Amino acid sequence: MPEFAPKLASKPAPTPAQTIGPFYGYALPFTGGGDIAPTGHPDAITLHGYVYDGAGAPVPDALLEFWQPAPDGSRTGAPGSLRRDPVTGAVLGRHGVDFTGFARVPTDADGHYTIRTLPPGNASYIAVCIFARGLLHHLFTRAYLPELTELTGVDDPLLASLEPRRRATLMATAEGERVHHFDVRLQDDGVHEETVFLDFP
Amino acid sequence: MVFTSSVNGRVLIKIKAEGRQQRMTGLDQSQSSQSQINAEIAAAQEAYAKELADGASVRHHPARDYPPYRSSVLRHPKKPLVAVGDPEAVELSGPVFGVTDVTELDADLTRQHTGEPLGERITVTGRLLDRNGKPVGGQLVEIWQANASGRYAHQRDQHPAPLDPNFTGVGRCLTGDDGSYTFTTIKPGPYPWRNHTNAWRPAHIHFSLFGTAFAQRLVTQMYFPGDPLFPYDPILQSVTDESARGRLVATYDHDLSRPEWSLGYRWDIVLDGPAATWIEEGRDA
Repeated sequence: MPEFAPKLASKPAPTPAQTIGPFYGYALPFTGGGDIAPTGHPDAITLHGYVYDGAGAPVPDALLEFWQPAPDGSRTGAPGSLRRDPVTGAVLGRHGVDFTGFARVPTDADGHYTIRTLPPGNASYIAVCIFARGLLHHLFTRAYLPELTELTGVDDPLLASLEPRRRATLMATAEGERVHHFDVRLQDDGVHEETVFLDFP
Repeated sequence: MVFTSSVNGRVLIKIKAEGRQQRMTGLDQSQSSQSQINAEIAAAQEAYAKELADGASVRHHPARDYPPYRSSVLRHPKKPLVAVGDPEAVELSGPVFGVTDVTELDADLTRQHTGEPLGERITVTGRLLDRNGKPVGGQLVEIWQANASGRYAHQRDQHPAPLDPNFTGVGRCLTGDDGSYTFTTIKPGPYPWRNHTNAWRPAHIHFSLFGTAFAQRLVTQMYFPGDPLFPYDPILQSVTDESARGRLVATYDHDLSRPEWSLGYRWDIVLDGPAATWIEEGRDA
């Protein structure tokens, strides 16, 4: 095995992003990808919604990923989101004991996604990353959960920095018990405000 | 509609959808020509060159608003991104993966079926680094690609090229402690798409990568050196910086080729965004 190239300059330039394209569907999504919460957990919450484009049409070929702290506030995550059977290679699903904190779900033909998780500890939001055909570079946003955000209110530096109309795009809305609705609008469609997207310099 | 065409008694093509026939014959008058796309690509590059000359910083990533890639028009935000500098941001940590998330065969895309896939067997190897040049070890790398004929094992890919029963085109592995990864696969073929008339994607492998921070997440595409389709492809050209574009192209490395077995390509990947190194560096105080 040849040696790897000598140590690179201390600050190598980043590899550019490229669109996820239309054909990731047989590669990236996995069974149980949206089920961060163990099955039947009494504290489980549902977060669901739609992804829309600038014409207000649902986006049926987006992939959404979610990352959050565990209910105890731990941010270390745990392996096993994609746990596989070494005999068949098939996805076994999470074993439900460890909290992996990670979800990955494609939107369906209606542009709709659903995840089931447990409320994050020591944070009032779930981090969201959006990929889609037509989107050359993925986007980050956050779904703030209303019952957790009220505790911190505008103490959250991001929410505090936004005008009310922009801030509202980051707020999931309660929709019955333990169910929250959170839409992603990739572009202002003339009626609805575009979602606030984030940069982490 | 189904029709079969034959030449010299050999059945060449079976077409089930009118759209496919239309695409094969380039009949869609609503589509732009390649020369229109080329002009738009050139205009975007000129605009970028002018920005650079006026003192703008180098743009490492594609603009999300890149009209030559037609699907981007309604799928990019028009408002600027909001910078988050909060040291407590959840995005500075990220998901982890482990040995249960991959199986041994996942990194060899040529061994996932009972027979050998058709095409040119290759290995792709490299290192995953953060923007400080530090290896990202133990992280998940996922790839997907078309087969040697340029067709994906995806229902929506109706390009009339043969599927290969011995090739799916999906792989994954964990990086080593030194950030290294290696896949054995088949060189994918170029394929047509409907961005404009006579649009062809250069051969590429899709890569999905995680860093130590969710903010480092990257999905990208690796290209092969010397592909004549580069200048015509609005997805590659959406990276308007020439040197950044070059970083998407693997290097052929003869030392990685194995005698009478496979050709070797090397491609290092550098994640952008803040790494979750603040704990190690003691900056959490």
